[in-house]
Amino acid sequence: MMNKLDRAIINHLQGGMPVCEHPFAVVAMQLNITEDMLIERVQALLEDGTLSRFGPLYDVEKIGGIYSLIAMKVPVEGVNKVIPVINSYPEVAHNYERDHEFNLWFVVALDTEDRLPSLLVDIEERTGYRVYNMPKLDEYYVGLKFHA
Amino acid sequence: MPDTKIDNIDRKIILATQAGLPLTQNPYHDIADQTGLDPGIVMQRMKMMLERGVIRRIGVVPNHYRLGYRANGMSVWDVQDDKINELGKKIGALEYVSHCYHRPRYLPEWPYNLFAMVHGRDRESTEHHVKQIAGILGDAAHGYDILYSTRILKKTGLRI
Repeated sequence: MMNKLDRAIINHLQGGMPVCEHPFAVVAMQLNITEDMLIERVQALLEDGTLSRFGPLYDVEKIGGIYSLIAMKVPVEGVNKVIPVINSYPEVAHNYERDHEFNLWFVVALDTEDRLPSLLVDIEERTGYRVYNMPKLDEYYVGLKFHA
Repeated sequence: MPDTKIDNIDRKIILATQAGLPLTQNPYHDIADQTGLDPGIVMQRMKMMLERGVIRRIGVVPNHYRLGYRANGMSVWDVQDDKINELGKKIGALEYVSHCYHRPRYLPEWPYNLFAMVHGRDRESTEHHVKQIAGILGDAAHGYDILYSTRILKKTGLRI
């Protein structure tokens, strides 16, 4: 279970890692703990799965790439064969199963837009199911933080 | 259209950090050692990428299930096209909505064009949030659904 300190670390570090010589020391001072203790707690929270990663979050669209959300309708008997195929693509960043006829939802991140059509064709050919490309037409909000 | 260019130095730094930063006292120096760049250059470039939005933020990414947000619903809405921009901004401003986008329909199978990710500690609270959204959208929404995630099948950072 997370204690009060872990929660404070998570809330503080979701966006607050500075770029400087001793970034953990700067954050540790704000949290009133030692640099080593902060590093040790972040390590432990990564190891036990409370944190899924630590580091910079890049926006692929700012470097000329794109994201798209792809949906698929795969019948129950096919789903366990299709999942490893989808996950095998390094371009697939997230993949979620959802309780709907459209049951697989994954995000692809590409460094250049022109690779998307051939990637989608490849996924259709390898899985045998249609893909529904749902790129964003407008973005109204992207939140980045969860309260721990 | 991209409004930013990256050069080979930025690219080296992205490649060395996209999987994460080392958990050491001087993580940016470790990246400098890995890439053969000067630590001052690494830090300067990363600050510039933050300013330009190439880096959205630097920090931890929590697993929201582990923080107690167990009912993560993707609410999807069939909203009148001429109202979607005005209403999408209102829905995106709600505190329990983490992402809100306009996406294409696939008629007749998929009539929904507004996507709002709603996070709650249980389904009851998520459904309460969704009812509030329905109230805001009013007659401009012709139907909706909530798709709960049942399994996280993959979750990684950017790979270039």
